Amino acid sequence: MTEQMTGAQALVRALEQVGVDTVFGIPGGAILPAYDPLYDSKKVRHVLVRHEQGAGHAAEGYAQATGRVGVCMATSGPGATNLVTPIADAYMDSVPIVAITGQVASAAIGTDAFQEADISGITMPITKHNFLVTDAADIPRTIVEAFHIAASGRPGPVLVDISKDALQATTTFTWPVQMQLPGYRPVTRPHSKQIREAARLIAESKRPVLYVGGGVHKAQASAELFELAELTGIPVITTLMARGTFPDSHRQHLGMPGMHGTVAAVGALQRTDLIIALGARFDDRVTGRLDTFAPYAKVVHADIDPAEISKNRHADVPIVGDCKEVIADLVTAIKAGSARGDYTEWWRHLDAYRETYALGYETYEDGSLAPQYIMERIGALVGPDAIYTAGVGQHQMWASQFIGYENPGSFINSGGAGTMGFAVPAAMGAKMGRPDKDVWAIDGDGCFQMTNQELATCALEGVPIKVAVINNGNLGMVRQWQTLFYEERYSNTDLQSARRIPDFVKLAEAYGCVGLRCERPEDVDDTIRKAMEITDMPVVIDFVVHQDAMVWPMVAAGTSNDDIKYARDMAPKWEHED
Amino acid sequence: MSRHTLSVLVENKPGVLARVSALFSRRGFNIDSLAVGPTEHADVSRMTIVVNVEDLPLEQVTKQLNKLVNVLKIVELDTAQSVQRELMLIKVRADADSRSHVLELVNLFRARCVDVAPDAVTIEVTGTVDKLEAFVRVLEPFGIKELVQSGMVAIGRGARSITDRSLRALDRTA
Repeated sequence: MTEQMTGAQALVRALEQVGVDTVFGIPGGAILPAYDPLYDSKKVRHVLVRHEQGAGHAAEGYAQATGRVGVCMATSGPGATNLVTPIADAYMDSVPIVAITGQVASAAIGTDAFQEADISGITMPITKHNFLVTDAADIPRTIVEAFHIAASGRPGPVLVDISKDALQATTTFTWPVQMQLPGYRPVTRPHSKQIREAARLIAESKRPVLYVGGGVHKAQASAELFELAELTGIPVITTLMARGTFPDSHRQHLGMPGMHGTVAAVGALQRTDLIIALGARFDDRVTGRLDTFAPYAKVVHADIDPAEISKNRHADVPIVGDCKEVIADLVTAIKAGSARGDYTEWWRHLDAYRETYALGYETYEDGSLAPQYIMERIGALVGPDAIYTAGVGQHQMWASQFIGYENPGSFINSGGAGTMGFAVPAAMGAKMGRPDKDVWAIDGDGCFQMTNQELATCALEGVPIKVAVINNGNLGMVRQWQTLFYEERYSNTDLQSARRIPDFVKLAEAYGCVGLRCERPEDVDDTIRKAMEITDMPVVIDFVVHQDAMVWPMVAAGTSNDDIKYARDMAPKWEHED
Repeated sequence: MSRHTLSVLVENKPGVLARVSALFSRRGFNIDSLAVGPTEHADVSRMTIVVNVEDLPLEQVTKQLNKLVNVLKIVELDTAQSVQRELMLIKVRADADSRSHVLELVNLFRARCVDVAPDAVTIEVTGTVDKLEAFVRVLEPFGIKELVQSGMVAIGRGARSITDRSLRALDRTA
């Protein structure tokens, strides 16, 4: 196919050809030429958001809910810089998105022109790759390359910055195009020798643990993981990015590791003799103080990104490859071997941790709401088939701990970057990608006030998400640290949202959504049910909760996992181990 | 800490040097020297990067560099198995009395005099880091007025070329 058209038309045509159906964005001067042909596109739906950050997080939510590349678009200068936060977020959590930005005309680049920002320079350290296109003829090939890079290997964000004159120039559109990426060759096929070595260690191990990260779901490998777990009987730990990859209800599941992980999961990592890390990266929130992390463990580390292997913790058996192939090969190798590990003794200890230090929480005699209870009830009533998103902070940890995830990809949140304000726009993107799913945003009152402008987008575009605002009137997680480490000196954490400034119910109504409020435990179920009955409009629930609720267990930052507390000043007794 | 010499083949595209140097600074790796220039293939540039790191961080440097889409190939060049050279231009005080002494040292170090003024000479010298350091030391008593030095360039000894295979890959996609 060869046709004469403008660079802008070529851009829209290329987006259609690579299968884009949704673009989140806001137009402006430099990107204007692209918005003209976009207006006519029958295949690409453009969603006009209210802030570019919302466009970026919506693209992330869309990508994580569908497994396809999410797309956001913005103009030059401030439009582009407003995308920086979601791009950084997508980089940390390996989310495949393509950000398309307009740039000032190529002759004006470098002159400090109106709305000029060097966005390719700015995003260099937070993108998997980026492009600056100044020739219309390069647009289709660059789009194909951008989508390929974003989605393949370790996924990540790719930015395509296109100068206004390139969008306006006439070019010859040819399809298909040949990619020119001689330096990009992700390894997906694991080395068979390494697989055999891993299988040998697994058979020899007495106390192994499967440490499952976000890479397993990204590789669509939860079925393979399930088979590996059932075949071997090895306990499974799922990180924040992997919640749902292995069912919470499964007997072998110990929960989440790390700073707010379960005692069983944290304890298992500290006692294990073999960590089988699958698509995980030994983040500091998981390891705690690195030099005391998992002191008895050998490490099998499988990841598609070679740079993650032995970055933080030395890997005895490094395996570079796609987790789907790695786990399938491991299953085959283990089946082929005669030796199987006997983990009876190991399970006896783990079951003791699990029973003694089960997740729990405080309830309040004054009749105020415990936030954890809300999570339990949402989990019970809305169920595991929904998609949940979360912002960052206490509510995020409670959502991870208490909702209960059974399906891969059912919990979408900001892990590595810890981006407050993620939940609402991500829920919008997830719902647009999967309109068949119920999508609940679990948000905090702090987070909610950063990005709730996208409720307008949801109301106008017909995106009936639910938003459960866990309103403790404070920047709760920061307050928790002030309680524990700053002598209860609450410097600038009191948002006073409990005084109803703003009134979240009225705010929801102002945005064309339904607003509900719930302040007592006995009203929780009815409020959730009422929200569930509304399917044609977005619903915001203001759950006013007790401000002193804290997230437990906790490993204080910079301390050893051995020093985990399951409640304030309450350390587990490890002695029934030996 | 130990010094390592990396030869990095990159696509000859705008911004590649910025990507490489930004990666080093972002990941907290120190560059001792960096030299970049064209190769026998018009689409490929070659960087010689000298880093001062332990073995483990070096592995990280290499892996992170490899992730850059414009990086085609990385080879660590062993000092014994490669030729490593830096170029230095030095302006030394030399009047009628001292000039012959300076020129004697120029000859001893197989350097070249590239400019002469009544009270100074400018000398061009190439060699290993050690040789250049030694040369500077012997010139110091005369008074060094100005000194400029290139980054190190290096090439492996023997008949094999590190570019062959990468360039074939490049030809396939062109």
